[in-house]
Amino acid sequence: MSNTDDKEIELHGISASPGICIGKAYLVGKEGVDVLEKYFIDQNKLQEEVHRFKAAVKSAKNELHGIIKTMPEDLRQDAHILEAHMVLFEDKMLYGRTLETIEKELVNAEWALKIVVSDVKAMFDNMADSYLRGRAADIIHVSDSIMQNLAGAKVENIAAINKRVILIASDLSPAETSQIQLEKIMGFVTDHGGKTSHTGIIAQTLEIPAVLGTDNATSIIKNDDIIIVDGTAGSVIINPTDQTLIQFEERKERYESHKANITRDSELPAETADGICMEVMGNIELPEEVVSVINYGGDGIGLYRTEFQYLSRPDFPSEYELFDRYKDVVEVMAPKPVTIRTFDLSGDKKVAYVSRSGDANPALGLRGIRYCLQKPDAFMTQLRAVLRASAFGHVRILLPMVSCHEEIIAAKNIFNKATDSLAKEGVDFDENIEIGVMIEVPSAAIMADVMATDVDFFSIGTNDLIQYSLAVDRVNKDVAYLYQPLHPAIIRMIKHVIDVAKDKGVKVLMCGEMASDPINIPILLGLGMENFSMNPQSIPAVKSMIRALTVKDTRPFVQKVLKESSSNAIIELVQDTYGSILSDKFYYLD
Amino acid sequence: MNAPAYCFSKEVIIKNPFGLHARAATKIAMLAKNVKSNVWIIKDDQRADASSIIEILTLACAQGSKVTIAIEDDSDLSILTDLVQLVESGFGE
Repeated sequence: MSNTDDKEIELHGISASPGICIGKAYLVGKEGVDVLEKYFIDQNKLQEEVHRFKAAVKSAKNELHGIIKTMPEDLRQDAHILEAHMVLFEDKMLYGRTLETIEKELVNAEWALKIVVSDVKAMFDNMADSYLRGRAADIIHVSDSIMQNLAGAKVENIAAINKRVILIASDLSPAETSQIQLEKIMGFVTDHGGKTSHTGIIAQTLEIPAVLGTDNATSIIKNDDIIIVDGTAGSVIINPTDQTLIQFEERKERYESHKANITRDSELPAETADGICMEVMGNIELPEEVVSVINYGGDGIGLYRTEFQYLSRPDFPSEYELFDRYKDVVEVMAPKPVTIRTFDLSGDKKVAYVSRSGDANPALGLRGIRYCLQKPDAFMTQLRAVLRASAFGHVRILLPMVSCHEEIIAAKNIFNKATDSLAKEGVDFDENIEIGVMIEVPSAAIMADVMATDVDFFSIGTNDLIQYSLAVDRVNKDVAYLYQPLHPAIIRMIKHVIDVAKDKGVKVLMCGEMASDPINIPILLGLGMENFSMNPQSIPAVKSMIRALTVKDTRPFVQKVLKESSSNAIIELVQDTYGSILSDKFYYLD
Repeated sequence: MNAPAYCFSKEVIIKNPFGLHARAATKIAMLAKNVKSNVWIIKDDQRADASSIIEILTLACAQGSKVTIAIEDDSDLSILTDLVQLVESGFGE
């Protein structure tokens, strides 16, 4: 027995919040309310039973109210979950139905509540949406706290924990998590719940590691066991050997210093070690996301996707509606640039880059500039709105899905009409506004020299460029392995576009996911790419990667890359050359 | 289910990115708590009592869903207006 007890065991779960912690386990149990008795109530005792239930709900509400009031400042933003619970207490599906069950079936309140809750839970369990399925947990937490008041059981007092521990629980209710003295908690491990569960959200907010949904952590881990939680990998190690402990201590230190470095340095310019400044910008879809671009140290908006305002409505939005939104973003970012991409919608006004059933081949269908040109009025409206916004900061226009030169000419005709009409109306706009095209169709990449004659900049959209060039739909799991950003063909195509751009004097930007992965940065720098745009969260890591490199070294490196004949060979070459810089970025950033 | 007799109704589109999730449903239920008669949220052939978070959640309204908010008593008209405004504002998110 003692032998197996000391054996190192590894559990796997969902990595809900990254980081590593090593410490003693503290189990939160929920005994005392699981065993339920069913008994019948005399008709003349019915009112008493109804009162007992109402009183239990009332004290459960008071408890929760007390918790909300004394909640620490840093958890206030999660208080809405608890406020939802306050309302749930009296939800007619829970409260009303339990009372009905007590009265109709003359059963005790505990039993009535249990039946009602299991019905409601079954309803949620059958829902397709994982977020909604997860809400069954809210109802169970609420009913548990009523149950504890009915049964007179003491609520487990997490607030009394007096040492630094790793919390192990079946699942933690928001009320329980909010009572925890956070400085005492090093990490979370649960049997149930996922990334979007309350425990997951709270762990992310607090930046403590969490591995959730391990199924059986509470039955394997015992109080005071030494455990390691690797929230990045989603693993929990119980009774680690000395060797494992040392390994994880080192990994933990590397992770923490790395994280501290990139967060601290995200405001620093993206300047290479040999003093060349790059631009690292953010991609956004909603105006609100501007805040994260600024927080993560972005140099502007490299891609503002504008489809959102066109969806879920039968008509097209008006010029003023669009202008209002654009102006907000432009003003907040000024004087940094905001690159507004005109709507990339498909024929039925759905977002073109999300493949849908119905259209056999939406990626190759009516979308992007093709759709804009078929709806000249809507396109004109958007261009006028963008132009109006350009009076309030630095705006650039980007045309999506261009596959031939004529499309640029046609789009510029409409653009010229827009500027003429605004000028006649005496409306202010930036007369030198830059117009660029997305290079995401292979024909546009190959014809880059022709495209360059009529535009001010290129923006390489790698997601589509890779999909079209390699003929791979990466959502299709049978072929997803073929989706390789570092495929020699992709690197050559990007090289061609950058070379032409430099030769013709147009700027070039990369706004696809390829720009957000640090592993690609040495090659992109070596190819001469100087402007990157990505999801805001990736900005700090890419900036830190850029600062660790020199352009001088990446140039000859790319010459070697260009001689390789496969993606794997190229990845290996990057790892051999830049592995030491990349090692922790690889492992710790998703 | 009784044949519903609505006196006023308004169709709205759920704009906020996460659809009618718990936080949004809570806001609706808190407003609908004060009605004189019933307020319903109707999606396709399903309807939910707007005062019940649980019923609202079971409609599984994703972003872009079209729903109808309906009242049975015209003294609840101001609540209907408030609810429509709440949904159209994207729940202040």
